[in-house]
Amino acid sequence: MDKRKLALVTLFACLAALAVVPFVAEKFYIQLFTKILIMGIFAMSLDLLIGYTGLVSFGHAAYFGTAGYVLALVSPQYQAANLFTTLPLAMGVSAVLALVIGALVLRTSGIYFIMVTLAFSQMLFYLFHDTKIAGGADGIYVYVRPAADILGWKPFDLENVVHLYFVVLALFVGVFMLLRVVLKSLFGRVIDGIRINEHRMKSLGYPTFRYKLACFVLAGALAGLAGYLAAIQFGVVNPDMMAWHASGSVMMMVILGGMGTLVGPALGAMVMMLLELGFQSLPEVGGINIGKHWQLLMGSFIVLVALLLPYGLMGLIGLLARRKQGDGASHG
Amino acid sequence: MSEKRNLTAGRRKFLQDGAALGGAAALTGLVPSIALAQGAGKIKVGLMLPYTGTFAQLGLGITNAFKLAIEENGGKLGGRDIEYVTLDDESDPAKGADNANRLVNRDKVDVLVGTVHSGVQMGMVKIAKESGVLHIIPNAGVHAATEQLCAPNIFRTSFANGQPAYPMGKVAIDKGIKNVVTLAWKYGAGEESVAGFKDNFTKNGGKIVKELWLPFPNVEFQALLTEIAALKPEGVYVFFAGGGAAKFLRDWQAAGLKGKIPLLGAGFLTDGVLEAVGTAAEGLETTLHYGDGIDTPRNKAFRLAFAKAYKMQPDVYAVQGYDAALLLVAGMKAVKGDIGKKKEIIAAMEKAEIDSPRGKWRMSAAHNPIQDIYLRRVVGTENKVIGVAQRALDYPPASMCKMPR
Amino acid sequence: MDFGTFLIQLLNGVQYGLLLFLVASGLTLVFGIMGVINIAHGSFYMVGAYLAWSLSERFGNLWAAILVGVVLSVLLGMFLEWLLIKRLYARDHLYQVLLTYGLILVFEELRSLVWGDDVHGVQVPAILEGSIPLTENLAYPVVRLWISAVCIALAIGMYLLIQRTRIGMMIRAGASNREMVQSLGFNIQLVYRIVFALGIALTAFAGMIAAPVSSVFPGMGNHVLIICFVVVVIGGIGSVKGAMVAAILIGLVDTFGKVVHVEIAGVKLLPELAGMTVYLLMAAVLLWRPEGIFGKRL
Repeated sequence: MDKRKLALVTLFACLAALAVVPFVAEKFYIQLFTKILIMGIFAMSLDLLIGYTGLVSFGHAAYFGTAGYVLALVSPQYQAANLFTTLPLAMGVSAVLALVIGALVLRTSGIYFIMVTLAFSQMLFYLFHDTKIAGGADGIYVYVRPAADILGWKPFDLENVVHLYFVVLALFVGVFMLLRVVLKSLFGRVIDGIRINEHRMKSLGYPTFRYKLACFVLAGALAGLAGYLAAIQFGVVNPDMMAWHASGSVMMMVILGGMGTLVGPALGAMVMMLLELGFQSLPEVGGINIGKHWQLLMGSFIVLVALLLPYGLMGLIGLLARRKQGDGASHG
Repeated sequence: MSEKRNLTAGRRKFLQDGAALGGAAALTGLVPSIALAQGAGKIKVGLMLPYTGTFAQLGLGITNAFKLAIEENGGKLGGRDIEYVTLDDESDPAKGADNANRLVNRDKVDVLVGTVHSGVQMGMVKIAKESGVLHIIPNAGVHAATEQLCAPNIFRTSFANGQPAYPMGKVAIDKGIKNVVTLAWKYGAGEESVAGFKDNFTKNGGKIVKELWLPFPNVEFQALLTEIAALKPEGVYVFFAGGGAAKFLRDWQAAGLKGKIPLLGAGFLTDGVLEAVGTAAEGLETTLHYGDGIDTPRNKAFRLAFAKAYKMQPDVYAVQGYDAALLLVAGMKAVKGDIGKKKEIIAAMEKAEIDSPRGKWRMSAAHNPIQDIYLRRVVGTENKVIGVAQRALDYPPASMCKMPR
Repeated sequence: MDFGTFLIQLLNGVQYGLLLFLVASGLTLVFGIMGVINIAHGSFYMVGAYLAWSLSERFGNLWAAILVGVVLSVLLGMFLEWLLIKRLYARDHLYQVLLTYGLILVFEELRSLVWGDDVHGVQVPAILEGSIPLTENLAYPVVRLWISAVCIALAIGMYLLIQRTRIGMMIRAGASNREMVQSLGFNIQLVYRIVFALGIALTAFAGMIAAPVSSVFPGMGNHVLIICFVVVVIGGIGSVKGAMVAAILIGLVDTFGKVVHVEIAGVKLLPELAGMTVYLLMAAVLLWRPEGIFGKRL
């Protein structure tokens, strides 16, 4: 019972800490944390696939970017679109896209699955990059943020940095809880079983393809949510949002944080983005501008994590936690 | 993946970690805002330019020339010292708004100077419009910046993409070239440059046979060169710049097309690349708002000072950076360094006559330069000016710019 | 397009494909034989190109640069295998992806520190400078023909090495059953080190010989990497023969995709969507035959 109380206390503590950010930090950092929370949603959606279902999708950014494009294309040029109509629409389009692509790619597995998901996201990238559907290589812009308009009542204003932060935070918590509920349910147990041994699940009579597809679609829809929010934040929608680099980078966040833990990827997103900013802000030492070469530090960090932390940062924290609690035959 | 996960233990772990996440979040939000010290009294100039990639040379040239102009004007702005904050935008449009936001909201720059790539520029312009920060564009010619997205606080000291291309349309007709194939990178700058050429060319009776495009910054020209040869047009208009231009010129020569089909282009094709291309560009005629060989004391003095300070030859990009500083100096002089007097600074910048190495010029109503476009020919490693293609060109007609007065 | 132009475009496509083969062969060897995914593969292509540029400036000619460059690349490959790669054999593919992704960043910055951030051209060696006139206004650069010839020679060399030599036999055996080879007393560790170094050297060499016809610029590895993956996947992981077939196929699709015109029901498909063609091909092959054209069924 002590552990459960501890868990609840830490849960509230972390929520409180995140809620306090806009009151103690200045504008730039509120925006930064908004971005981190958005990437956290994106990373969690991918963790559903990589960590829980065992599907390593290297094209997850396709759903992220598509939602952004839906918003940009549907928004009137210099006016606000309606949040409550465009958000479900964007997520819906991403979900349908995931359904179509998933139905095709889930016929493969292993390394081939990785590659064919990559192929599809690259196709979408080139579709937007090379044609005039939406601004081509330079992308298009959402000049005015969507308005939260329910028949005239405006509960919040997304143009306000603090409001946007809280909306994103609420959605982040919502996605987290949704995924927790889904993964704890019977559906989640089947998914777990599929990851561990798909053949066994099939022989037990489960239509594994449908379960995997359902996960794929859910993950795609949630990635779409993240993409929509990302498009709102800076108003920039660009083919690079769905390029393989974007897919690779969110995969890094998941693995870095610790896949299969849900919070790990969110942590991974935060760590990667803070490290990136931190490294870039380093001053000059001995005539060499370290900040300019931040990728050297970031890359080395990633290499070290890959070598030393097989369970990601969550594994590291778990290790430290176990050591502190001292399990039976303690060793140092 | 065969790791077995104990769900309850995992839940405990990540709740603990949630605390770490939240705690870290609050802390990192606190620390920087406490630690931020404002450099009292100094004017912060943010330079957001490409320092890596195909446009790295351009970013460097602009930066150097900007600093040179400041030095030549006493090293201060309106009597106040300057602190530079540089940021490499990597010519990446996806990060443009993000990067500009960092300079404006975190580093709190007083003036935002940049950039080269038109796609990145759109993001910068967006942030500049939202924040109202003084913004000077030393290169990117994207039309929207001085058209649909124009604003009182946004100025450009370079060109609009179609501007140097426009006179080439008439030059081609005068040379007896009636049909042309165009080839350019498929992004804002390429598209607007080709459009500018097409506008004047077709207006004077020319015909565009085909428009060929290459994704930016792709440099695999071989297939398209073969196609051009097969089409046998009377002329080919291209837009490439920086490293890509150098490669194109070499490939054009290697494919044997040099001398067989006249090559037309805005001067970006040959500016800053001649050292790298050997004989490939010899004799090539281009139109641009600058030429290395402009025979005025002003230009000669500039080129000498630049070469002496930086051991490299200046090009059009350097001149644009130089003029950006001159513009800022004029604005700050009028308010004696009081950066808070935005309206007065803007008014001064609008009225300023810039004594540029390219010749004297003024701002248009939409804050784009009204300038002469020269006709140049490549002789050795120099873009020799052989004439003026069009005087005091104000293009494109900024009909969509609604500047609040 | 007329027949003459068609032939020239065919030549363009094959030449591009042969170069792709050279770059991709290293990737497929490493993955097929060692089971290691190396995302940083494109970085070695870049390293090769920059080596070619800087060494040819120093020595004054490209040949010496290539010679020295290849030696350096082999040493680099062996060093990396010893330091990092050998720790990945037992690990999941995901960790290989993560580690080599980190390596991409490291290499990009090391390149920036050592060679700077500018775009460079490499001088074509004097013997290869000419162009062979093919039509009245188009000539084909000799250097491109040379590149194709070198690629073919290397392909033959690789075939002979792997199929006809003892060490090739050891490599093939090690790919099928590592433990057995080890228990038979062969030093599998050494075999792996050699294979990795070979893979790196092949890619770097491709970068070196391509340097005169492409530019040497930061980030040049990224585009090559993704195309390489497509080649390897279409051809079949671990199959050098597959890599050759796939590379030529991709070279042709890519080249013709840029210049033919296809319009269906008023919608312009080619060349507008030329960029998509290669990935469409990959998706089609994977859905038809997931192991690739010549791959072994998993």
